[in-house]
Amino acid sequence: MLILTCPYCGVQAEETELHPGGEAHLKRVGPEGDDAEFESYLFARRNPKGVHFERWRHAYGCGKWFLAARDTATLQVFGTYSAQTPHPPAEIVAAIRASRPDWQPDWT
Amino acid sequence: MATASRSGRYSVFAIAREALRQHQGWQRAWANPQPRDRYKVVIVGAGGHGLATAYYLGKNFGITDVAVIEKGWLGGGNTGRNTTIIRSNYLQDPSAAIYNKALQLYETLSQELNYNIMFSPRGVIMLAQTEHEVRGYKRTSYANHLQGVATEWIEPARVKELVPIINLEGPRYPVLGGLYQARGGTARHDAVAWGYARACSDMGMHIIQNCEVQGVETEGGQVRAVNTSKGRIGCEKLAMVVAGHSSQLAEMAGFRLPIESVALQALVSEPIKPCMDVVVMANTVHGYLSQSDKGEMVIGGGTDGFNNFTQRGSWHHAEETVRALVETFPMISRLKMLRQWGGIVDMTGDRSPILSATPVGGIFVNCGWGTGGFKSIPGSGWAMAELIANGTPGPLAAEFGLNRFREGRFIDESVAAGVAH
Repeated sequence: MLILTCPYCGVQAEETELHPGGEAHLKRVGPEGDDAEFESYLFARRNPKGVHFERWRHAYGCGKWFLAARDTATLQVFGTYSAQTPHPPAEIVAAIRASRPDWQPDWT
Repeated sequence: MATASRSGRYSVFAIAREALRQHQGWQRAWANPQPRDRYKVVIVGAGGHGLATAYYLGKNFGITDVAVIEKGWLGGGNTGRNTTIIRSNYLQDPSAAIYNKALQLYETLSQELNYNIMFSPRGVIMLAQTEHEVRGYKRTSYANHLQGVATEWIEPARVKELVPIINLEGPRYPVLGGLYQARGGTARHDAVAWGYARACSDMGMHIIQNCEVQGVETEGGQVRAVNTSKGRIGCEKLAMVVAGHSSQLAEMAGFRLPIESVALQALVSEPIKPCMDVVVMANTVHGYLSQSDKGEMVIGGGTDGFNNFTQRGSWHHAEETVRALVETFPMISRLKMLRQWGGIVDMTGDRSPILSATPVGGIFVNCGWGTGGFKSIPGSGWAMAELIANGTPGPLAAEFGLNRFREGRFIDESVAAGVAH
């Protein structure tokens, strides 16, 4: 069973206490966006077999949304972090690199 | 097909003949060739959908210069991991059309393929256990009448007649009626893949197992070849029919799909004597139940909510499913679980499949069947073959294009099929 630590209340919560919310760090498209951008924002997903950044809600706990870095092929959890960040923080990146030396962040 | 099969025609006479010679004469059902360096059509994925696509390309369009390549073994993905339910009682017209086409093809598939797929039209009941479901299923039955799909709303007494082991008076979820499709049922899942594979092989198509796609070669926005663990294979057209890993294959070709992969699991009990001869689905409690020919109670549940490629599934989902079903079927409470397994299904935003051309010329995708892929295999293959052969979708696939997401034309089946099926 998947166990994630809520970064807000610090509780180690297991899967049934949490609600998954899909891919994290999606860039919201503004009113000036065209159809292709909206399609990409609303529907197109990376769906990687490997390192995945995703949203979770501590539904039966503090109720807040947070983000997690997880490997979808092995279910290894690299860490959880606040949702108020545009990119995964340095310690999450370091945790991923510790077990996936070849993994490269694709944001700048 | 009138062509002689390499494995001989299966019949009662063949069984008698082989019985007289200690069954020494049976041949392999399909050939095991090395890939040529070029085919007109390469289909990635030798599951039910991929093989059905190949079969109807040959049968309906005379295209037999086809290779079906498979990373693992034939039918080893979701074709071998589902709960074998076949039904077509969908709410939306495009869904009803393609699933009903599949059902009709299933009805005569054993005869057509000369391969017993053990189609058993034992009937499917979707239980209504809340007022909301009563209204929802009545609406679906009215829609089905307009679509020409034979379903009916049945009252609790009729449910009890069809399913004597059911408990109508559950304290939390009493049975208030059901949506009954008498022509739905089950089939032997492996046999569907094997039957299509045998027919494809007889038409001269190549089925190449243990051949993993590692890259897609394009030139000027047009597909040229796939690079595989067995070398480069050139192609004019490429079909991606790889439930679960559609996003990975699309990424190799340079585009992204509106797909997320999640685990869906099922389990079977120890075998018991025949006690239930229909398929019962209870969507409120996220469980469905049928009895296999071996006597096992086949039980399916809901999907995991998070992206997952592990083909396992979570223990708590199995518990949740069984806990809910025990209330409606009290007699299963004392059964032991025999096996549990998971498969990776690809989910789209509107829970409807994608049969579509793609941004890359010559590449077509068939994916997003989510939790309902098995029942649609013949219809999916039929529509996909039409799409590949003509380059444009026929009536069955027309509404299932990728462009529906950009244009907001969803085929929203989350009401009818938000739960696994």
